[in-house]
Order: sequence, then C-alpha cells, then structure tokens
Amino acid sequence: MSTTVTTHQTKWWSGGKSPFNLEYGKVMMWYFLMSDAFTFGAFLISYGTIRFSQNFWPDPNVVFNAFPGAGHANLPLAFVSVMTFILIISSVTMVKAVHAGHKGDRQGVMKWLFWTIVGGVAFLSCQAWEWHHLITGEHAVLVNGKIEMWGQNMRHNPWGPIAEGVTFNGEHVRTPGPVAFGGYFYGITGFHGFHVFSGVIINIVMLLMTQKGVFERKGHYLMIEKAGLYWHFVDLVWVFVFLCFYLI
Amino acid sequence: MQHPAFEEVSFYQHHDDDTFNKKIKKTTILLSVITIIELGIGLLIYNIHKGEHPNDTLVLMFKGLVCILTLAKAFYIVSVFMHLGDEIRNFIMTIVVPLLLFIWFIIAFLWDGNSYKNLRNEFDKDFKVRTTPSSHHSTVVPGVKPGEAELKK
Repeated sequence: MSTTVTTHQTKWWSGGKSPFNLEYGKVMMWYFLMSDAFTFGAFLISYGTIRFSQNFWPDPNVVFNAFPGAGHANLPLAFVSVMTFILIISSVTMVKAVHAGHKGDRQGVMKWLFWTIVGGVAFLSCQAWEWHHLITGEHAVLVNGKIEMWGQNMRHNPWGPIAEGVTFNGEHVRTPGPVAFGGYFYGITGFHGFHVFSGVIINIVMLLMTQKGVFERKGHYLMIEKAGLYWHFVDLVWVFVFLCFYLI
Repeated sequence: MQHPAFEEVSFYQHHDDDTFNKKIKKTTILLSVITIIELGIGLLIYNIHKGEHPNDTLVLMFKGLVCILTLAKAFYIVSVFMHLGDEIRNFIMTIVVPLLLFIWFIIAFLWDGNSYKNLRNEFDKDFKVRTTPSSHHSTVVPGVKPGEAELKK
C-alpha cells in the first residue's frame, strides 16, 4: 500500500489513494454499521407494524416500573434511565480512549478502555436483572373468569386492558395483553444486549493488545478508533430501543 | 501527527486537548439534558394516561416530540462521538443517503399495520370485542361478577 501512495497517483478512484482519505478498515466499519442499522431498523419497524395492528398496547410506564431493591414501589422509567446513563457515560469514556490513541498515549488508552468495559458490564448486569424481574414477576391476570398469576414471557403478556370492577389484593386486575409484546421486547433488547456483549469482548481484546504494546509497535491506534465506532453504534441503537420500548 | 506506518491517510481531524475536552463535555451535557427531558415527557404521558379522560391528541404530540428529541440525540452521537461530522462530505453522504430509505420504510410499514387493524376490526368482530379496551372505567367483564374472581392454582 505504501509504495502506491508514494508514487503520488492522482487517480483517486483507481486505487491510487484512499477515496475518502480514510483508512480502508474504518470505511468498512462504517458500512457494516450502516447495514446493522438496517437490521435493527427492520426489527423495530416490524415491532411498530404489529403495534399499529393492535387495538391495545401496554403502556411502558406500567410495565417497566421496578427498581432493584425497591420492592413493589411504582417507579416508572427509573431503572431504564439508569441503564441509559450508563451507556452514555461509557460512550464518553470510549471517546476519551480514542482521543488518547490519537496522541499515542498508551496509559490513557488503557485507562479509558477499562472504564468503558466497566460501563458495558454494568449495562449487561442491569439488563439481566430487568429480564429476570419481568420473567419471574407475578401479576394477577383475569383469564376465563379466573385469576392467574403471570410473568412476562414469550407466550403470556399480563399487561392487557384493566378488567373493571375486579381487584386482587386491593390491586387492579388486567386481562391478557398482546402476546407479541414479549417476543419483540426480548428479541430486540436481546439482540442489542448481544451487541453490547460483543462490544465488551472487542474492548477487552483491544485492552489486552494495547497492554502488550501491539499498537505502539504499529505506530498508530486506528484499531481503537474502529472498536470505538462499534461501541458508539451500540449506544446509538440503545437510543432508539429506549424510544420505541420505554418512552412511546 | 503523520503516522509513519500509515500513509494511506493523510488527513487527520486535529483537536488539541482543550478544544476536545470542551466539545466532549458540551455534547455529554447536551445528551444528558435531552435524556432527562425525554424522561420527563415519559412521566407526563404516564400521568395523562392515568387521568380520567386521557387526551389522545396531546399524548400523540408528546410522543412526536420525544421522537424528534431522539433524532437530535442520534445526530450528536454520530456527528461528535463517532466523528462523522469531521469526515469528508462525500463520505458522510455515502452513509446518510442510504439511510433515507428509512423514511419510506417507516411510513409504509406503520401504514400497513394500521390498515390491517382496520380490516380486522371491520371483518373480525370477535377480535374487536376481545382486544378493544372498553371506554374508560365502565366495563363489565363477561362471566365475572365484580369482586368475585378467585385465584386459580
């Protein structure tokens, strides 16, 4: 590659020079992320289609109102805002790692990558708690005139319309809600969680490579930049998952 | 800084530490503030829903506002954190222009879902009865007398 560049070719689109003055790997990372955006977009739009085809859809504030250690307190949106801030902050630490890489500051890269990994693991732990809470939760649901205790899973949705006049332990009783809710929620947040997980793995690999001095020997930290792009994309997708499942 | 091992790229966005830190700090605060506003609107929607007579138009307007705020967040993440804003314009276009497909994608499929709902409500009365939440606070569930439901084990 370096030999072609030194001949100062001006035919940019014939391989003489990088067309966008960008490294090949970075351009390809961008195009991968664009295709991944379409994958997530297709999932979310399919969720939207099903939601628009229903007469009733659960209010997210009713479904997501739990907080670890808070028992049965009604705290809508509290826990998911914690998760959102964890991801935003870990995105900031990743920017710092990339910036340290630009300066060739090996210690800085390692420090900020470490905090990014901590953020990623914290996010995954939050998601694990949330899933566990939803699946094992017990909610009174009126089914064929009887009350059953349901958790949120792929076959059952306990958050249907309120059954008027029926109470259980002094609480409203709901009728079964649209089944597709669970499949979409676990499917899409799971796919996003898988991206977070692979991002954490990539960052750990980057941390080990930095520590071994691989990038120092190469003379540049462009690999950190590519890992950073992937990590920011994970944050970007969460912004939309947060919108579609928790806010509207 | 010209990387000795890397001549493919001759252009670097260059920020000294001060400019960089200022820019990142500003963006972080901006993203946090937008998120807090979104959460506030989320709670507002919750309270409107809880009320006696939820105003559907108002809820829809707030939901639209949250969507716009989310797009603003996405813009800042991509443009500042991912540095797309610092790249060459033509490169930005190769990423952004294909994404315009989403405009058709979203409109077409939400329209389709809505049309399916209308068709089902018209031709499948059972679906309509089963899934329509009865107008607020006045339902009698068939087969159950109020307060008499019991726990099935």
